[in-house]
Amino acid sequence: MEQLNGWFTELLSGNLIFTANTLSFYWGGLVTTVQLVFLSLLIGVILAVPLAIGRGSKRRWIKLPIYAYTYVFRGTPLLIQLYLVYYGVVFFDGIQDSIFWVVFKQAFFPALIAFTLNTAAYTTEIFHGAIKNTAKGEIEAARAYGMSRKLMMRRIILPSAFRRALPAYGNEVIFMLHASAVASVVTIMDLTGAAYYVYARFYAPFQAFIFVALIYLCLTFSIMFVFRRLEKRLLAHLRPRA
Amino acid sequence: MIDLQGYGPRLLEGALVTVELAVLSLILAVILGLLTASAKLSRNRLVHGIGTLYTTLVRGVPDLVLMMLLFYGGQIGINMLTDQLYYAFDIDIFINVDAFVAGVITIGLIFGAYMGETFRGAFQSVEEGQMEAARAYGMSPLLAFRRVRFPLMMRHALPGIGNNWMVLLKTTALVSIIGLTDMVRVAAEATKATHEPFLFMIPVALIYLLIATLSEWGFAKLTKRYNTGFGESSEWNN
Repeated sequence: MEQLNGWFTELLSGNLIFTANTLSFYWGGLVTTVQLVFLSLLIGVILAVPLAIGRGSKRRWIKLPIYAYTYVFRGTPLLIQLYLVYYGVVFFDGIQDSIFWVVFKQAFFPALIAFTLNTAAYTTEIFHGAIKNTAKGEIEAARAYGMSRKLMMRRIILPSAFRRALPAYGNEVIFMLHASAVASVVTIMDLTGAAYYVYARFYAPFQAFIFVALIYLCLTFSIMFVFRRLEKRLLAHLRPRA
Repeated sequence: MIDLQGYGPRLLEGALVTVELAVLSLILAVILGLLTASAKLSRNRLVHGIGTLYTTLVRGVPDLVLMMLLFYGGQIGINMLTDQLYYAFDIDIFINVDAFVAGVITIGLIFGAYMGETFRGAFQSVEEGQMEAARAYGMSPLLAFRRVRFPLMMRHALPGIGNNWMVLLKTTALVSIIGLTDMVRVAAEATKATHEPFLFMIPVALIYLLIATLSEWGFAKLTKRYNTGFGESSEWNN
């Protein structure tokens, strides 16, 4: 440990920009970005499952509002949605007097809400597409077994649809990671925010932004790697046999 | 009628900036995309490597970070370059990076990578026999590209171009962060001045939806045109 510490200090000595101080900024940014993206994706998936089922419903009063929601959230920039939630949250009557204000005072939660609503809209469409493309034979077989609609959804359609949605969902995860960079606009110190701070302090755009770009690249490649592995495992039955 | 408190004309000007920016970046992206696709299909390993590096790097890094790097770094980089020119050859020039030009170049560069992937797939789906026939007719490479490969390729490329265009349109909102006065920036300024986010943000969101809806309709028409002779358009679903 001592040796490592000495090596590290030596590595950073003579470097004016990447001191332990700025590196800790980047580390804090990394933690914030990962938290924000992970939480919004998690809540987004939980919301998207019932929405995707409803989106394929035959009843118009269920189907149309969900379609309108996904259309609006997929058709407008995330930045606008973020501004709307961030500046709009104070307009809810009495929120500043309630206990929730402790939470909403920070920019993190408005950003989390905006990101969650955005990713839920995209995920709903991905899942809806996968559910719609379920092979007819699977449904017929389930019906022949006398399964009720509910049971069929739970045991046959959803497990099969989730697997087929995996590649598209992997893209959505990467898209969300990249889109989360706009959080820095509403005073959140995420990775991009940290890079902007370092840029502004040292007037060193190349070092500040190329370093953060490399961190994002590593994150992107890790996500891609995980999804490749998952696809290999879960979609093994769809691969052409040699 | 809603009262935009005098920001109405500026919002419209901003909307025009958004549209101009989007269209110009799209043109740049298509040109870059065609070049990238050709590079990635090239047998020359160096050219292939450059194409792959470009698409991998650009698609692995957030748009906003690339935009900040090119915008804030661009001026410093150009200044360093002109300084070198001055010291080495005594040429004294000063180039000021215009925010609009920087925006077009950045968005064009980013989406050039995405377009490159779209075009690569489309190029590959054109049967070689078609190109051989064109060559057998004595067409020059350029003529064969224009008359045979391009129209055949567009059928496969259009869904991808359509998706990229929708994402590009929304990405233009990011230029408001680096200081370009598009409609998002006008709305953000108005919101900060009047504390009425809904009054300004919702019309802007509606303009985005309007542009998206109109272009979806336009792409549907184009798809129909390029699918002539291939039966039902099964590939376009959105």
